[in-house]
Amino acid sequence: MTRPYGTLTRNSTVTRLNHWLTAGCFVLLMLSGLSMFDPLLFWLSSLFGGGESARAVHPWIGVVLLISYAGLIIQFWRDNLWTKDDTAWTMAIDKVLENKEEGVPEVARFNAGQKFVFWSMALLVPVLFFTGLVIWEYYFGTYTSIPTQRAALLIHSLAAIAAIIIWIVHVYAAIWVRGSMRAMTQGWVTPGWAWRHHRKWFRSLATTGSTGPRPNATPRK
Amino acid sequence: MSNLQSQDYIRISATTTTPPSARSWEDQVAKLIDVTRCIGCKACQAACMEWNDLRDEVGYFEGTYDNPLDLDPHTWTLMRFTEYVDDKGDLEWLIRKDGCMHCEDPGCLKACPAPGAIVQYANGIVDFISQNCIGCGYCVKGCPFNIPRISQVDHKSYKCTLCSDRVAVGLEPACVKACPTGAIMFGSKKDMTHWAGERIVDLKSRGFENAGLYDPPGVDGTHVMYVLHHADKPEIYAGLPQHPKISATVEFWKGLIKPVALAGIAAAAISGFLHWVIAGPNVVQPEDEQAAEDVLKANDFPETGDRGHQTEHPT
Repeated sequence: MTRPYGTLTRNSTVTRLNHWLTAGCFVLLMLSGLSMFDPLLFWLSSLFGGGESARAVHPWIGVVLLISYAGLIIQFWRDNLWTKDDTAWTMAIDKVLENKEEGVPEVARFNAGQKFVFWSMALLVPVLFFTGLVIWEYYFGTYTSIPTQRAALLIHSLAAIAAIIIWIVHVYAAIWVRGSMRAMTQGWVTPGWAWRHHRKWFRSLATTGSTGPRPNATPRK
Repeated sequence: MSNLQSQDYIRISATTTTPPSARSWEDQVAKLIDVTRCIGCKACQAACMEWNDLRDEVGYFEGTYDNPLDLDPHTWTLMRFTEYVDDKGDLEWLIRKDGCMHCEDPGCLKACPAPGAIVQYANGIVDFISQNCIGCGYCVKGCPFNIPRISQVDHKSYKCTLCSDRVAVGLEPACVKACPTGAIMFGSKKDMTHWAGERIVDLKSRGFENAGLYDPPGVDGTHVMYVLHHADKPEIYAGLPQHPKISATVEFWKGLIKPVALAGIAAAAISGFLHWVIAGPNVVQPEDEQAAEDVLKANDFPETGDRGHQTEHPT
């Protein structure tokens, strides 16, 4: 991939492919799921060739998403561990929202908002998967009692709504913070981007002589 | 089974508009099953198979008269036999013809996500229009009586139609026609309720002091009603529920959270848009690039000449 002189790697090729596989599954699950959630949105099932096809394909996409998101967890969990700085950053969210980031604690590879999205999905994806198995009529319709299936349906719906709202926050943040989208499509950011949004991460790269996405194990000197 | 009906729908699944309802002179119908007159001959089961062209696989024997053992996509009505020992120690053989109760407030229809897959006719019959069924199984969760069964062959849901095709042309359901003792009757709900009242008076005079009509108010009444000798204990009749109603879980899932969820999703999207308009994008400034460059230089960062072409680091 061609990229400008002096840029840093934000996301490796493997990470980006993994991310977009997850994203594609999520969008398809959202569209097919909403078609079965509210009659006003049943028309979305046409995108899948009709209600029956939407019903049939939805759980399989869910299986792919679970595996795909597991890949993201493996790649990202370490950099998403919560720290005291994250709490301070969260307290200063009003400044962040006003694009006035001076005075806000310096951010490592991920900020508290990104960590919130990451851990929320790390919780919601398995919840959606396991409640989804309970209501997967085709294979598992007779394995659990009807009251269990009713509860699973409700939890599945509530978890899905939460996931969709978090997904909207995630997508908007990528639009809002310019350069983020390219970081996930082409993988690179400018040093200024890293300085502005993830200064602690930037410093760790600079001091270890790494071009990203993670610092080298030892300082250069 | 079919939507070639001479009657108007009063409810259509997953449809928010008002169904056509001009023809409102229709009588509410009901099937009355007098459990106290049933002899368990299964003529109704045979008639149901015959009229609806249903042939189940031959199952197996498990030491009871229940045959087959449960409702399934090919068995829309089923005699359930219970050996009940009453307070005096006497054995009573309770035989209940199980099948769809045709609730006035149908949980299957409310749970169904497929437009027009479940309908309720003006006469009260709840019918599955199978060609619109998507096989999700939500009707199973919606039903307070555990009636719908999903076929493992075509993945559609099936249950008793109350012979809506026969009723539409002025015939009684097949099971009613076949019953040799008059234990199954069909007519307007009003007439059936009246007839049940007479029968209950008779039963009470013969010592069944708790005899009564099963027309559960929790689902706004049903279009299939039972006369029971022990109406105070419907559960002894192979688990007929005492107070059937649509599960609160289903009511909540199909009620409040639908509009709240869509409002929440819309609010999230609108908030994003407003933030864009008010605060705008967060854009890297030249001074950020300058500051970053200074740090890189201070750290004697590797000469950047080859950085444009190097392979990326795996995480």
